Amino acid sequence: MDSKTTNSVWRDNFAELKKPLVREAARVEASRCLYCYDAPCVKACPTHIDIPRFIRQIAAADPLGSGETILEANALGHSCARVCPVEVLCEGDCVYHDWHEKPIEIARLQRYATDAVHRSGELPFEPGEDNGKRVAVVGAGPAGVACAVYLRRLGYAVSIFEKRPLPGGLNTFGVAEYKMDEKTSLEELHLLFRLGCDVVTGKEIGKDLKADQLLKDFDAVFLGVGLAKAKGLGIPGENLPGVMDALSFIERVKNHDRKVLDSSAVTVVIGGGNTAIDAATQSKRTGAGEVILAYRRGREDMSAYDFEVDLAKTDGAVLLMNAAPVRVLGKKKVEGVEFVRTKTVKGKLVEIKDTFVVKCDRVIKAIGQEKDKGIAGLFGVKLNDNGTVKVEPKTLATSNRNIFAGGDLINGGKEVVNAAADGKRAAWGIHTTLHPGAKPDGDNAYWVSTIDGRVVAPIQPREEHV
Amino acid sequence: MKKPERKSERRPKAKIDLSVNCAGIKSPNPFWLASAPPSNSGAQVMRAFEYGWGGAVWKTLGQDPPVINVTSRYGSMDFGGQKIAGFNNIELITDRPLATNLKEIYEVKKRFGDRAVIASLMVPCERDAWHEIVKKACDAGSDGIELNFGCPHGMSERGMGAAVGQVPEYVKMVTEFVKEKSTVPVLVKLTPNVADVRFAARAAKQGGADGVSLINTINSLMGVDVETMVPKFAVGGKAAHGGYCGPAVKPIALNMVSSIATDPATMGLPISGIGGISNWSDAVEFMLLGSSSVQLCTAVMHHGFRIIEDLNAGLEGWMRRQKFTKTTDFIGRTAPNIVEWKHLNLHHKTVATIDKDKCIGCDVCYVSCNDTTHQCIAIDKKGGNRKPHVVQSDCVGCNLCSLVCPVDGCITMTEVKTGLKPLTWEQYTKNGQKGYVKVYETH
Repeated sequence: MDSKTTNSVWRDNFAELKKPLVREAARVEASRCLYCYDAPCVKACPTHIDIPRFIRQIAAADPLGSGETILEANALGHSCARVCPVEVLCEGDCVYHDWHEKPIEIARLQRYATDAVHRSGELPFEPGEDNGKRVAVVGAGPAGVACAVYLRRLGYAVSIFEKRPLPGGLNTFGVAEYKMDEKTSLEELHLLFRLGCDVVTGKEIGKDLKADQLLKDFDAVFLGVGLAKAKGLGIPGENLPGVMDALSFIERVKNHDRKVLDSSAVTVVIGGGNTAIDAATQSKRTGAGEVILAYRRGREDMSAYDFEVDLAKTDGAVLLMNAAPVRVLGKKKVEGVEFVRTKTVKGKLVEIKDTFVVKCDRVIKAIGQEKDKGIAGLFGVKLNDNGTVKVEPKTLATSNRNIFAGGDLINGGKEVVNAAADGKRAAWGIHTTLHPGAKPDGDNAYWVSTIDGRVVAPIQPREEHV
Repeated sequence: MKKPERKSERRPKAKIDLSVNCAGIKSPNPFWLASAPPSNSGAQVMRAFEYGWGGAVWKTLGQDPPVINVTSRYGSMDFGGQKIAGFNNIELITDRPLATNLKEIYEVKKRFGDRAVIASLMVPCERDAWHEIVKKACDAGSDGIELNFGCPHGMSERGMGAAVGQVPEYVKMVTEFVKEKSTVPVLVKLTPNVADVRFAARAAKQGGADGVSLINTINSLMGVDVETMVPKFAVGGKAAHGGYCGPAVKPIALNMVSSIATDPATMGLPISGIGGISNWSDAVEFMLLGSSSVQLCTAVMHHGFRIIEDLNAGLEGWMRRQKFTKTTDFIGRTAPNIVEWKHLNLHHKTVATIDKDKCIGCDVCYVSCNDTTHQCIAIDKKGGNRKPHVVQSDCVGCNLCSLVCPVDGCITMTEVKTGLKPLTWEQYTKNGQKGYVKVYETH
């Protein structure tokens, strides 16, 4: 990669990796789909989009109908088409793998359909008839937005409170630009909010607003605040200038903050997850001379997806495995990182008394985020031992029956699609809590049936009749 | 003691002769351009012959002044991402002066003496008119004449084309007119737009035709644009029915070819097979059912004259594998196995088997069998298994599962030996409906 990152190089480096399908290509790809019965891809999708159905609709030249199938089951289908790690979800379970053939390009087909919806400028559904009840959604990330959408469809008045100046959470701020740009995230929200959500940005619960007030003003509260600040390394020198956490680095890149451009000769990224990989890839793409991805365990222990690791390696990032950081070196700013070699003995990580120094001018910490225990405290809901908010799995109700939670807050950090699925589940959970005995009917029947996935069984074989 | 003879390991390849003789019209291979846009002019036909086409049936000649065409003229149907599964046209016969076409036929024959050039003709049903054009076509050097009794659009409204082909008496009469004058073999091109194509074939034979060629195109309307609600492929917002051809029509054409090849009244009448042929194996199917030459158009219009190279290569390779050295070794070979339903064996039993190793668990067979046919495929869901199995005691051998299965060779239909003597419906009814032993369960 060019060391001098000009505007055009920047544009190239952050251009979309997965290009949209043109109509004829979409038709051809859609025609490859076998239309499996009780399809594995549908089960693999946390929101249980009826994938064979939406693909058949594309094959039948009905992209808007296809988009409706998608958005019914996953309100955030437009962004999920771009950011989902489909290789380990729907596409990963495509039966074509059993055939040793390329799976159906579900994500690109999904994008083809939701792009059509966005071009039409109209959502395929309307808000439900006002039922007189109000719900506060805390956090305008994927979980909160999904919850708000389905609540609106059920007829609730919804207010969303977001501490950042823009809604969308990680979709807006944390997704690598070559997967999805900020504009696409905001366009998706813009269309969804046309259902009539009251979106309050720049207001933080506990600071600008009191939790008690929300509980008083609203019939129910949904918490979807995600995770808190990045974890620290807990080693000397980590506060030196030139040390930053991955999420803020990614956000700066996303904001096209030119100060990150070409400003690092050698960057060391510490961590083994997908965020670490994103940081490494984006460092390379913003012109860092050398990027070293250091992880304290072995390659096989990295939680990052293989295809993400491959992307970073293709971009020229170097993997440094079994290296645990012991101190960040430097006087006024970062000058290097001292590592100790490790190895795994009987499943346990052991340090070998062999330290070495990697000289660098930037360190990016990507070892995860802390759980947000503060919000649970503010609302007085119970936590699990691992720090996630404790919920009832069917409805996502917390220990306080009028407070619900979803997304990273309850799962400790998963995908956008998991958050979207939680938001949908919680919306129905809120509805059945506030309206005991409510049955999914009318316009809400279909999406409710997708919460746990729906299969209409064929007539059973005669052997099973007996 | 005699020394053993040294035998060379290298054996010369058997000479494969692709040439055909269809009703006395000879060509170096069985592939002819059908009478259609690809054979519209001398330049096109010569170019096709340079690529290796065996023959060409010239775009139909008519009386001057030439016809006037409309724009646009062609339409198509795509299926499953495949372009042109079916093709439609409302083009008329040649719109060039007769003299121009005749001159070019003469020039083509002069340059390509070994290829078959067949003049397709269409004039009103008058003896003099036919005599005149037949003489001209023969004089130009045509190897044969094809009577266009099939064109279903435009010309048929003027009492020609399919309007003749649909009335056996006219077919016979005009064939007789032509035979009175022609010095070369005469093929009668039949229309599929009839209840039973055998009547026209019999009439052609009675009129003295040397052979028949079929099928011409099928009456069709390509559709309606659902956004604008205007007919698809319209001429200024209006559409007329056209002639349908292309891969989608092949089974219809095969049925008609075989019905003529097996009809006692026309058995042995040479046939030039037409209808949806896109590759060598399609052509072989037509030939096995009795065609001694084949004609192509849609595939050529889609891909150009160059396809003759793989048509010839494919046919030659197949003949080599089958140990055939000449086309007469196999022409008509399968026709005797095309019979009426009443001659099928009621005691034949076949059931489906799913190869678990090949199965990819799409369960398309499962849902289609259980929803729509005989409910005899089950899935043992233990341990997350998705792979279905056939409950063979319930299977009626209908075939549907093997047809919908996307994996080659995964679902096979296996014959079950019943030990029963073959019994046809005809025999069964003659026996006073006795002697049938159930070979499958009804529920």
